Amino acid sequence: MKKIEAIIKPFKLDDLKEAFSAIGLHGMTVTEVKGFGRQKGHKEVYRGAEYVVDFVPKVKVEVVTTEDQVEKIIETILGAVKTGKIGDGKIFVLPVEEVVRVRTGEKGKEAI
Amino acid sequence: MKRLAFISLTTLALAILSAIPAFAEEPSVADTLINLAYSIDTFYFLMSGALVMWMACGFAMLEAGLVRSKNVVEILTKNIALYAIASIMYMFVGYNIMYGGGPNGFIPGFSFWLGADNAVDAVLASGGDTYYSTMSDFFFQVVFVGAAMSIVSGAVAERMKLWSFLLFAIILTGFIYPVEGYWKWGGGFLDALGFSDFAGSGVVHLCGASAALAGVLILGARKGKYEDGKVKAIPGSNLPLATLGTFILWMGWFGFNGGSELMISNIEEANAVSMVFVNTNMAAAGGLVAALLLSQVWFGKADLTMALNGALAGLVAITAEPLTPTPLVATLVGVIGGFIVVPSIVFIDKARIDDPVGAISVHGVVGIWGLIAVAFTNPEGSLVAQLTGIAVIFAWVFGTSLVVWSIIKAIIGIRVSAEEELEGVDISECGLEAYPEFTRK
Repeated sequence: MKKIEAIIKPFKLDDLKEAFSAIGLHGMTVTEVKGFGRQKGHKEVYRGAEYVVDFVPKVKVEVVTTEDQVEKIIETILGAVKTGKIGDGKIFVLPVEEVVRVRTGEKGKEAI
Repeated sequence: MKRLAFISLTTLALAILSAIPAFAEEPSVADTLINLAYSIDTFYFLMSGALVMWMACGFAMLEAGLVRSKNVVEILTKNIALYAIASIMYMFVGYNIMYGGGPNGFIPGFSFWLGADNAVDAVLASGGDTYYSTMSDFFFQVVFVGAAMSIVSGAVAERMKLWSFLLFAIILTGFIYPVEGYWKWGGGFLDALGFSDFAGSGVVHLCGASAALAGVLILGARKGKYEDGKVKAIPGSNLPLATLGTFILWMGWFGFNGGSELMISNIEEANAVSMVFVNTNMAAAGGLVAALLLSQVWFGKADLTMALNGALAGLVAITAEPLTPTPLVATLVGVIGGFIVVPSIVFIDKARIDDPVGAISVHGVVGIWGLIAVAFTNPEGSLVAQLTGIAVIFAWVFGTSLVVWSIIKAIIGIRVSAEEELEGVDISECGLEAYPEFTRK
């Protein structure tokens, strides 16, 4: 089992949700996050003086899935959120040791 | 509503007139008209004063929006407290200094509390020359001194001790402002010189800005404003509030300038008041558009806070003479005010004079422009008299303020500690937070 974490632009969240629904993926966890990558923050001008927004607002989307679904989900994310401009975000894939559905106590793939 | 009011006034007049033959002691037609005109002018004066009082709220909202969220409670406390202090000090001694006459036009008279209002017989005997209540005059004037002091609070925001500020408010509203007010509106030497200031670009706005400049120079900049030799922006916490504040000030200004015509009860005066309203509005509009365009061209973004300052710059600029220009000229006076205020704010920032809301530029630099503009928009204006007035008001207010701020600094200090400043003066001075449920950056 794998967890896929995607840091994306906030305005792309709805597109991603639709795309996940279209491939039959019915669960996701969303967190509002802030941070920066290679391009650092961005500069703004307030009353004629520059200031740097160090931490840019982003959305972190997490889904847990089986190994065979990983490539398909990554493709779906790329298709939904890519704009081709800086700040499009990143996707991380992590191993997951165990999943437990709290309501029923099911474990493993059954619980995803 | 207008028509109803007209009918009821006419009915009233007819009722009084028809009652005359029945009682020998009833007032004559002339006396009745004096009664009516006195009531209308006093009513107009009071309503204008209430509008200007509301400007205290405008300043409070504007300043609360342009400071960081950790300093909002304290700036609100300062704003509402300074208005209360101004009211008390002006009743106690300020009004009498300003309007009590004086031996030579330079040294004002000195007495306490307010006198009695006009007696009915005296008003009737004046034949209409006394045309509003003295109490209404006091009320109108007291809200102006509040406005002058409100200007100071924005410039020294986010780092001055609350009680040091309020101590200064006592001196400015009870003494510094009334003295220069006497020189102009109280019939003192500036008035005799031909210095012209309709509603107070100089007496109110330049006064507030000069006191603010003295305060900022002694106080120093906010921590983090100047680092590594560069000017750092410190964005305001709530631009909806700042915009609301500007709208309130814009509205209140109709009382500020409109009321300063002092009379509305005949055709000529009603037209004059209308002209003042229109010109006041046009100047604000011109100032806003100019500042908005300039910020877009200069900074690449339409900076709302500069646009707000532009509207206020237009208002300050037209305040010295809102009656004689045509609406087009009034718009241009505002436009120039807007074009002046943006570079002025940037320059003053670069000169390491940290003014979080731009009060020194809006009220001081543009106030000076407004006073100079009088020489060109009012046929009776004189450039020499205007420049003299500017120099005298600035020298007096800046000089006395510098002394008063220094004394306060020596006795109780004027700046909060570095730690308190970092934590925010809301907690250190007031023990409250403006937005306790918000997470902080």
